[in-house]
Amino acid sequence: MLFLCYASTLIAILPLILIFAYTVNRGAAYLSLDFFIQMPKPVGETGGGMANAIVGTLILVTTGSVIGLPIGVMTGIYLAEFGVNKFAYAVRFMTDVLSGVPSIVAGVVAYGLVVVPMKHFSALAGGVAMAILMIPTVTRTTEEMIRLVPNSYREAGLALGIPQWKTTMQIVVRTAFRGIITGILLAIARIAGETAPLLFTALGNRFWSTSLDQPIASLTVFIYDYAKAPFEDWNNQAWTAALVLIILISTLSIAVRVVTRSRYQQR
Amino acid sequence: MELTSPKRNLGDVIFKYTTMLFAVIVLALILLMGFEMYQDSKPSIAKFGWGFLTGTKWDPVQDVYGALPFIFGTLASSALALVIALPLSLGIAIYLSELAPPSLERPLSFLIELLAGIPSIVYGLWGVFVLVPWIRTSIEPFFSRTLGFLPLFHGAPYGFGMLAAGLILSIMVLPIVASISRDVLKSVPQTQREASLGLGATKWQSIRLILKDAKSGILGATLLGLGRAIGETMAVTMVIGNTPKISYSLFDPGYTMASVLANEFTEATSSMYVSSLVEIALILFVVTIVVNMLARILVWSFTKSQR
Repeated sequence: MLFLCYASTLIAILPLILIFAYTVNRGAAYLSLDFFIQMPKPVGETGGGMANAIVGTLILVTTGSVIGLPIGVMTGIYLAEFGVNKFAYAVRFMTDVLSGVPSIVAGVVAYGLVVVPMKHFSALAGGVAMAILMIPTVTRTTEEMIRLVPNSYREAGLALGIPQWKTTMQIVVRTAFRGIITGILLAIARIAGETAPLLFTALGNRFWSTSLDQPIASLTVFIYDYAKAPFEDWNNQAWTAALVLIILISTLSIAVRVVTRSRYQQR
Repeated sequence: MELTSPKRNLGDVIFKYTTMLFAVIVLALILLMGFEMYQDSKPSIAKFGWGFLTGTKWDPVQDVYGALPFIFGTLASSALALVIALPLSLGIAIYLSELAPPSLERPLSFLIELLAGIPSIVYGLWGVFVLVPWIRTSIEPFFSRTLGFLPLFHGAPYGFGMLAAGLILSIMVLPIVASISRDVLKSVPQTQREASLGLGATKWQSIRLILKDAKSGILGATLLGLGRAIGETMAVTMVIGNTPKISYSLFDPGYTMASVLANEFTEATSSMYVSSLVEIALILFVVTIVVNMLARILVWSFTKSQR
């Protein structure tokens, strides 16, 4: 029976490694400088790149962060420092629940809240959908990281006559800062790979656009469109885009690992 | 953890209520999400009532909408995914928490978490170009030859269909179910293992006892995986074939609630069409909330009871 445990570990990890290896293999074949600095070519022409999609993804992630991070971090601070009441339990529970809501549902909500009133698709709507998706991760990691700060720090601050809000912001939050950054990076890694919430909010765009008011391109939506396209050149570019995306996300999560590990080993 | 300075200072009061305001925003956001979708799906709810859930006809031309094929597709693909993923994830969880040497446990856990971070669109891409052709040329012909008399394996091998969706979903939910089950197994006190081993139990017998202890926690982990499978959009949309029909064959194409949203939302022309799609999103929202609540309660109460 124990043999089955070893076997299932192997069987389960195998497809994951295959996906990874296959993406690296197919993606690297067409990876070139052009991919990063060229615009998509018109239908029928080969070559070109996804400069607009790379910038678009960055703009979408930034917009999502600008909206989502303050809400997430402040809620996390509230839950950690004042979170022993029924309201806080409700908030904590609901953020957990929100983290399980499908990303496409966030897209539908952002469509109703932003696209319908504005009467057209926009980068802003995509950013709102991404903000909804990052709030739960940021809130919970901020709370957990602040809780790790020993109570004696708070007591020391208060004993020196520092008001509580200053103690929290300048001693407790500063101590937990690296951990909070970790949570933020993880949340960014998650939303950078999202496709579903962008389909009917940011929509996608074959042209250069950096305006929040207009539809905007993103790597993920490009992968989706290019994977469905009947042109081999587009399919190849989809793999390259997937590779770039995976490198981006893996770099973020490995960076997080390195940061958190050195922190805990010092203690 | 609430500490207060003896002098109630105005800054403290402002600070507390400012942070609280943001917490209120989070709570309000979730309520707003539900309200928004309810508001937008009102026309469809008024027109079709509960029949929306059991209607099998999805016809934008005649403006008649029933969600049953999508509900069926979501349930069938998620169930298939769990049937495949659950035994494997349990195997990994047992391996990581009970058997693996510590030097291997960390990198393996890290690998699983890293792979859990691969975006769903990349799974979909791999599904379209690798998994689907493989299913079409090897798996489906094999099942037709050997088990073709079962209705489960009837039909032509397209590659795209329920089987592909179930397989890709199982790969995707595996890291989640495995890592939470591992945490659950690890929270069973060490004394349990020592007690059973001390009484002369073999390693396997002792693991079975631990599994019995951890039953509710593992059920919670499974439900979290189910929640993920139900809401998964891109990878499924790319491989399931997107045909709104109910078929018992794994070879036939299907459609899920999430994929119909991904495919048809931007193309929806009439207001009733949009409203019906939003109602599907609302159903998805409610179902995933219920599943996740159950899961959280199970995992929470389990890890608490072990302390």
